[in-house]
Amino acid sequence: MRAVRLSVATAVATVAALTAVTGCTEKSDAKTGGSGAIKVTATDDSCEVSKTEFPAGHVELAVENKGSRVTEVEILFPDDRIVSERENIGPGTQHTLTAEVKSGDYRIACIPGMKGKGHRQDVKATGGKAVKRDPRLDEAVAAYRQYAQAQADETLSKVTTFTDAVREGDLAAAKKAYAPSRIGWERTEPVAESFGDIDPKVDVRADGLEEGQKWTGWHRLEKALWDDKKLGKAEKTLADQLDTDLKDWQQRVGKAEITPTSMANGAKELLDEVATGKVTGEEERYSHTDLVDFKANVEGAEKAYELLKPVASENDAALTKELDKQFAALDALLDKYREDKTSYDFTSYDKVGKADRKELSDGVNALAEPLSKLAAAVVSK
Amino acid sequence: MTDETATSPAPSRRSLLAVGGAGLALGAAAAGGAVALTRDGGDDMQPAAESGGAVPFHGAHQAGIATPVQDRLHFAAFDVKTDDREAFVQLLKDWTKAAALMTEGRAVGEGAYGGLAEAPPDDTGEALGLKPSRLTLTIGFGPSLFDTYGKAFGIADARPEALVELPKFPGDNLDKARSGGDLCVQACADDPQVAVHAIRNLARIGFGKVAIRWSQLGFGKTSSTTPDAQTPRNLMGFKDGTRNIAGTETDRLAQHVWADGPSWMAGGSYLVARRIRMNIETWDRTSLQEQEDVFGRDKGEGAPVGKAKERDEPFLKAMKPTAHVRLAHPDANHGATILRRGYSFTDGTDGLGRLDAGLFFLAYMKDVRKGFIPVQRNLATDALNEYIQHVGSAVFAVPPGVRDGKDWWGRGLFERKDG
Repeated sequence: MRAVRLSVATAVATVAALTAVTGCTEKSDAKTGGSGAIKVTATDDSCEVSKTEFPAGHVELAVENKGSRVTEVEILFPDDRIVSERENIGPGTQHTLTAEVKSGDYRIACIPGMKGKGHRQDVKATGGKAVKRDPRLDEAVAAYRQYAQAQADETLSKVTTFTDAVREGDLAAAKKAYAPSRIGWERTEPVAESFGDIDPKVDVRADGLEEGQKWTGWHRLEKALWDDKKLGKAEKTLADQLDTDLKDWQQRVGKAEITPTSMANGAKELLDEVATGKVTGEEERYSHTDLVDFKANVEGAEKAYELLKPVASENDAALTKELDKQFAALDALLDKYREDKTSYDFTSYDKVGKADRKELSDGVNALAEPLSKLAAAVVSK
Repeated sequence: MTDETATSPAPSRRSLLAVGGAGLALGAAAAGGAVALTRDGGDDMQPAAESGGAVPFHGAHQAGIATPVQDRLHFAAFDVKTDDREAFVQLLKDWTKAAALMTEGRAVGEGAYGGLAEAPPDDTGEALGLKPSRLTLTIGFGPSLFDTYGKAFGIADARPEALVELPKFPGDNLDKARSGGDLCVQACADDPQVAVHAIRNLARIGFGKVAIRWSQLGFGKTSSTTPDAQTPRNLMGFKDGTRNIAGTETDRLAQHVWADGPSWMAGGSYLVARRIRMNIETWDRTSLQEQEDVFGRDKGEGAPVGKAKERDEPFLKAMKPTAHVRLAHPDANHGATILRRGYSFTDGTDGLGRLDAGLFFLAYMKDVRKGFIPVQRNLATDALNEYIQHVGSAVFAVPPGVRDGKDWWGRGLFERKDG
């Protein structure tokens, strides 16, 4: 049985929540319903709560499953981010669920069968510092969360194509599968980086290693393929490791702390990635597939921007006009380096001359500078 | 020539208000007999800002030409990245606004802190707490601006005749990556951080509309527009700028520096920028006699050959026929005279262990065809050529000054009525 899953990156994870983990036993029936507890009654087709308004701070849900199926109860932000959850609540059993919440809108969901969205109740935490935002921003965050998850899901199969080829010792096939295996990662890199521990395992370059750190991940394999030109036992182990680490990413990506401002800043960070690593040819120094990463970074930034645009354009129309223009300009510039605009077969970066690299760099600056103002445009008003 | 200052009109109230300690600076300078005056403008003479003070941004001419030369330079040439006239004009307006603030020692926009937590600050912040440091910002338009963007910007027929591309001079080894530019901004200040801050913030404001093509840091002014007691030395160890036009010499400025037509350029000037690499190591291995022969002046005093004092009138025929001063002197060039504002530079070493150093030559003139070109042609046989190489080159039309808070850089060009 899985214990309560805690989102590492969720700021609201607290000591109280940790107590819940450690206190959770196989047949937990922890004292339900202290005086301040909110009673949650789950049935097969409803989710009733005793209070829809409660003071912000430490919140305790006393859950009773009166339905016929195993259920799951979650406290959610309006954008579907999980604040706290409890799975595997058997029929007829009682469990408690605790969380630390700031004031603002939330939802409590009961999910019979632990699949789908379940039945939901809107609730409100009051008092303290209010966290209020445009519901369209919550939709944007929810959509971006889905995007990040979809990218991770897709990446996994492409990575397997790559790592299988490595394991089979097929240099040509591995080379071919290398760049495509990175696209989903590059599109959503700031989300992955927010976990802190995954990025150094899968995407570090030789010069980025800390003392004593073992070099693993894509770029280590990139060197094996293009520089050493051989695949041995060590590489096979590295391929296995890459699969494992990326599965970890795929499973955690949905729990990342994402806010409208972190989305906007993440978009800018993607362009910064391009400006510091791709445009110089450092990122893919052996394979020279930098333009594939470049394109993926821009696509990821564009996705975040498009989702935030409805609100941003109301607050700062001049900014979104400029961003539309600069995204189009950079996309057009990148298109010069591929024959088929739907493929990711880009010109090898070692064939891109100094003047053309400068042009790409100028294009990135032209987009990244206004993009750095998107976060403010999303929160202002 | 410094006697004129005795009859100079009293400084205007504006200038006294604008510059802290101005009265004191003027008094001290007048007592010394050599007044450092900024901006000619006839009745608009202003005393030089005290070290660290502010040089007025607004005026008939752009500051940074005839105003006293500061110690440090950050020069940047930009390529235009838009053919949207409106966007480009807006950039010039935004730049003007930012430049006016920065020259006063103030931060750009809403400043470097205290704004929205979610937004990057408008100002980059590294000049916070620093004095204005006599920062001047001077803009110029390159020939390519008119050629490439003339049609889009509606300025195709406004390119001044005096703004010509420089011909290839013998010995030139120009690096395209250090040459040309649709626009330039010269930032001079007594504090390098202030100059760098200014270029950095303008570049940032310009992203998407313009991009830096190349830039150059400079230190140790190599000529002076104030006849100081000390003439500065270049990296060859020689005094440079003994005979330069002083900011107070309104007649010579009018005759050799300030442009006439077209009307949008009246009161402006033309700028030639050359990155001149010095073969420092071989120069340092050259005998003193040879060094002095190459220049035509002695190394210690700076006196012309056969004379005792630096400012003694040079007798050109006493110098070797290939001496630099002999060939560069106005008398050898039908009177061609330019105002120099160059700086030394050292950009580390070149990978072979040689100093990548030399002179970043900046000169202002009324007409490039009558100023730099004939002089540089005459320098084809210059003995100095063995020790130097021109590796970067650019030329710009520098419009007149920004008159007031409503005016902006290049307004005359973009809102001209006479075509």
